[in-house]
Amino acid sequence: MKKNTLGIFGLLIVIFAVTALLNDKFISAYNMQNLIKWSSLYAVMSIGVAFVIITGGIDLSIGSVVGLVAVVLAYMMKVKGINPAAAIITTICMSGLIGLVHGLLITKAKIQPFVVTLCGLLIYRSLGRWLTDNQSLGPVPLEGDKGYVNLELINQLDFIFSGKIAIGSFNLPTPFLFLLVIGITAALFLNRTIWGRYLFALGNNEDGARYSGINTDNMKIIAYVICSLMAGIAGLLFAFELDSVQPAQTGEFYELYAIAAAVLGGCSLRGGEGSILGVIIAAAVIRLIYNSINMLGISTHLEFGILGIVILLGVIADEFLKSYTAKRAAARQQD
Amino acid sequence: MAAARTPLLEVRGLCKQFPGVRALHQVSLNLHQGEVLALIGENGAGKSTLMKILAGVQPADSGEYHIDGEPVAFLNVRDALASGVALIHQELNLAANLDLAANIFLGREPNRLGFVNDKATHLKAAKYLKRVGLNLPTETLVSDLPIGKQQLVEIAKALSCDARVLIMDEPTSSLSQRETETLFEVVHDLREQGISVIYITHRLSEVKALADRVTVFRDGQNAGDLSQKEIDHDAMVRLMVGRELSEFYDRKIHEPGKVILELDKVRSPAHPHTEISLQIHAGEIVGIAGLVGAGRTELLETIFGVTPALGGTIKVNGQAVHPKSPEEAIAAGMALAPEDRKLHGLVLPLTVRENASLASLKRDQKNGLLNFKAEKEVANEAVDQLQIKTPHLEQVARFLSGGNQQKIVLGKWLALKPRLLMLDEPTRGIDVGAKREIYKLMEKLTGEGVAILFVSSEMEEVLGMADRALVMHEGRIAGELNRSQLNEEAIMQLATGTSLAA
Repeated sequence: MKKNTLGIFGLLIVIFAVTALLNDKFISAYNMQNLIKWSSLYAVMSIGVAFVIITGGIDLSIGSVVGLVAVVLAYMMKVKGINPAAAIITTICMSGLIGLVHGLLITKAKIQPFVVTLCGLLIYRSLGRWLTDNQSLGPVPLEGDKGYVNLELINQLDFIFSGKIAIGSFNLPTPFLFLLVIGITAALFLNRTIWGRYLFALGNNEDGARYSGINTDNMKIIAYVICSLMAGIAGLLFAFELDSVQPAQTGEFYELYAIAAAVLGGCSLRGGEGSILGVIIAAAVIRLIYNSINMLGISTHLEFGILGIVILLGVIADEFLKSYTAKRAAARQQD
Repeated sequence: MAAARTPLLEVRGLCKQFPGVRALHQVSLNLHQGEVLALIGENGAGKSTLMKILAGVQPADSGEYHIDGEPVAFLNVRDALASGVALIHQELNLAANLDLAANIFLGREPNRLGFVNDKATHLKAAKYLKRVGLNLPTETLVSDLPIGKQQLVEIAKALSCDARVLIMDEPTSSLSQRETETLFEVVHDLREQGISVIYITHRLSEVKALADRVTVFRDGQNAGDLSQKEIDHDAMVRLMVGRELSEFYDRKIHEPGKVILELDKVRSPAHPHTEISLQIHAGEIVGIAGLVGAGRTELLETIFGVTPALGGTIKVNGQAVHPKSPEEAIAAGMALAPEDRKLHGLVLPLTVRENASLASLKRDQKNGLLNFKAEKEVANEAVDQLQIKTPHLEQVARFLSGGNQQKIVLGKWLALKPRLLMLDEPTRGIDVGAKREIYKLMEKLTGEGVAILFVSSEMEEVLGMADRALVMHEGRIAGELNRSQLNEEAIMQLATGTSLAA
């Protein structure tokens, strides 16, 4: 484990322990299941944006992609009566395509990632609202809902995306399994494949990587595709988790949570740094802070404020740690 | 000229250390009023570091620094200027969008309650411009001036700060013949006005024309001084390299093999209207000389696919290739150690292992997975073969000295066994020891049939290492010199656009 991952893990333990001590309901199975579920949903998005941040880029459209995928999925299944499996495949492809367009605009048209994805944020959100006339709807029929086909498959999908697996008396939320598979795959990709190495290299020095024969444009495009795909998968998970998807609200501001988790988890917005484990733990910390605020009776109006302060302190601590290690390494070199 | 009195500027026992490099060790230097002192030495000898210390850009670690016999300690450029020491940078620091008057008084505008007094600014500016022989309207924009005149504006700016010591760092490296002559006249005039000049250069012919005295640096230390009478080319070179040239540049001439690289009417984006044709053979070292900005780096980058050619044919080993990216150039058997190794050659925050293996990861992969064993072998071989001084393979490249960093870049390419190795300023900013090792490596590679094409601003390097030199001027190849024709005068004539016969 890297030093900053260790640090964020320490923070998780501390908040966890303090909350558990102050409120015994915190450690209840129900609360833990919820915490794991929400942490997993956030972590999936955060892993995606970590790829983009490692290349030195940014993706502000994540929340809107989550919203659009959830809306389109529900729309296809409820309004259009499309086979649920086809709807899922379509929406996943759509999110990948969104990432591809981002990547092409950024690398080939050379538009700044901030601008491209900011426009994405606006466009995808309004597309979802326009498609549904801003009416809420869900992928799973509620009482009295009509228009869905293949109800049996819908129920199976509902279990896959937002079910619970009983382990003794503990019900493990299925999104956690998604996180497990995605997290391990992402970590292997970053640390064990040549492409992962290329991403780190180009994030640190794009020209240096290019002069070494790396196709930096393609690698960046891949990062944006991965990011939007993860947002798409998160969109499916959220759609099944929520009874009804609100075209105007579902996923709103999630890009900020995802970026916050990536940064807190050790990704530098300058690029070239990041660890998947750190990002997952940071996503959990963010959910944990939210949960603790509720549990400890702190005003929920303070949620953003506390989150902001924690991230700021985390990043400051990280900078100090870095300049300290750099100085020590330089001093060693002089001897 | 140098009267036997207190020197205007004197340093004694100056030391400066950078991570991994001893830049200056017990260096001394003195300068009298109205003296032109030439400071020479090979790349990495510590000249620029000393100048930065004198001008307050960087602090020294230890040593004494006196102005007018009084000890001084400059914390910044402002302090140095207040004492009359001004540095004219190699890269000019003018604001191109402002006019001459505004540039000369930038940050010190004559003003009343914050409102710039335009009349006074232009009047004063005209006075200083005249002192450097520039009779131009003070409203002229800097961007409308050629580089040679911009340099004179820099000098005028320094004079406006009452500078008594002007430090010029390779002022002629991008000037034409005419501009160089004008600059020399200005320097002579300044000396008459009692201004002292420290003049850093790579061109020994300039030293003879300008200097009252020469101080030579080698590997961060004083290598000796020469008085005006003693100044001659061989004496300077001996002090610079510390031995006879033939020992330092140990070249065996190999019988050139088949053509490895062939350019036919290649046009680069930097100079779209000039066509370049050349051939490099196996076992041959070809040097490209020329002024800064002559298009040498741009040519290498076009061959290497960084800025793909607009037209013409590039052949490697007889096969036409048209690299659109370094990736394609590498696949064709080329390698480039770029001029700016921190920006283009290495990924500084990565380790020695990661840098050395970066180009060969693809070859050694197993279905996309990193081959850690092969990666380690590549890195170990680079460290062994090139004698890279690093505590271990996991050392971050940033913390190594320039010479060792350059060796990592070379090691990265040698792992791929390129047919054509291109080197852009291969020894800039590195110490003498590493420099010799790089020269030895170049020699060894040619013995193995590699073709080497290198760009160098350092005259001695071109003279010492090249079998053949191509001299570039304004984007085209102005002439070719074989080993028997190679000398400093011939290179300078071609580089400044004068034909050889003249």
